[in-house]
Amino acid sequence: MAKLTIAELRKIREQAKRSRNLREGEGKARITVHMGTCGIASGAREVMDALLTAMDERGIRDVLVTTSGCAGLCSHEPMVTVEYANTAPVKYAKLDGDKIVRILLEHAMEGRIVKEYALAVGSEKMS
Amino acid sequence: MKELALHILDIVENSIRAGSSFVQIAVIENPAEDQLIITISDDGCGMDAKMLEQAIDPFFTTKDVRSVGMGLSLFRQAAERAGGNMRVVSQPGSGTRVEASFKHSHIDRQPLGDMASTITMILLANPRIDLVYRHCLADDEFVFDTRAIRSVLDGVSVTSREVIQFISRMIKERQNLD
Repeated sequence: MAKLTIAELRKIREQAKRSRNLREGEGKARITVHMGTCGIASGAREVMDALLTAMDERGIRDVLVTTSGCAGLCSHEPMVTVEYANTAPVKYAKLDGDKIVRILLEHAMEGRIVKEYALAVGSEKMS
Repeated sequence: MKELALHILDIVENSIRAGSSFVQIAVIENPAEDQLIITISDDGCGMDAKMLEQAIDPFFTTKDVRSVGMGLSLFRQAAERAGGNMRVVSQPGSGTRVEASFKHSHIDRQPLGDMASTITMILLANPRIDLVYRHCLADDEFVFDTRAIRSVLDGVSVTSREVIQFISRMIKERQNLD
């Protein structure tokens, strides 16, 4: 392994034992970043990076982050799905680093859906 | 894809969906011979000859949410555009190995890009897999191995925030040396 290593990793291990895992345990919300070829090509990794950075900067510990494959809506990527508490999942489309931070703060933390970024809100109207 | 690291992320996602528990990524840069080789090997379910032939066809996919599968064909196109090629070796039950070569100095070769981000995304999405990332530049070799990390962690997950940050710094430190 490289130079930056084992002694430091041991210190980190002790810190990590006291903090929450990004992937496991209970959280009040879960954000799933879609990471198929289409998502990756249109910026999913940058969205994920921005999300994790924002969580770090704000010390947010109770939002779980995970990834999934293509959802079949490639032209709407990058997309994420947010599940807040026991409410229905919401898909957000055409995201970037700024939009995902707003979704984190408003939906995942406060439970308020960010309607302008949601893929669809409401139902069809009869003409 | 803007960078080779994104292709690597995408190909490894295929490995994960093929049930892999151990994935090896090698990036071998040899400027003296004007060559860059990327190899991704996994221990997933593998493919038979027919499926292997279909795998690089952009209009073939194993998924049912859509009818196209672009990952391998995009990677092959990236290699061919930069004076190289791509081949896939696989057998049912014996995993799959994807190897792409590029002319190192080719103007159309994408940059390697942010491997720290690619590796940490793979781990966050798949906390239980083991991953070896080897980057060689001429005679200089860097190896990142989750098995070595886990042996120190004493049960702490590799996806703990502090560990992910450590891994990211470690790989970025390497890239800055290049």
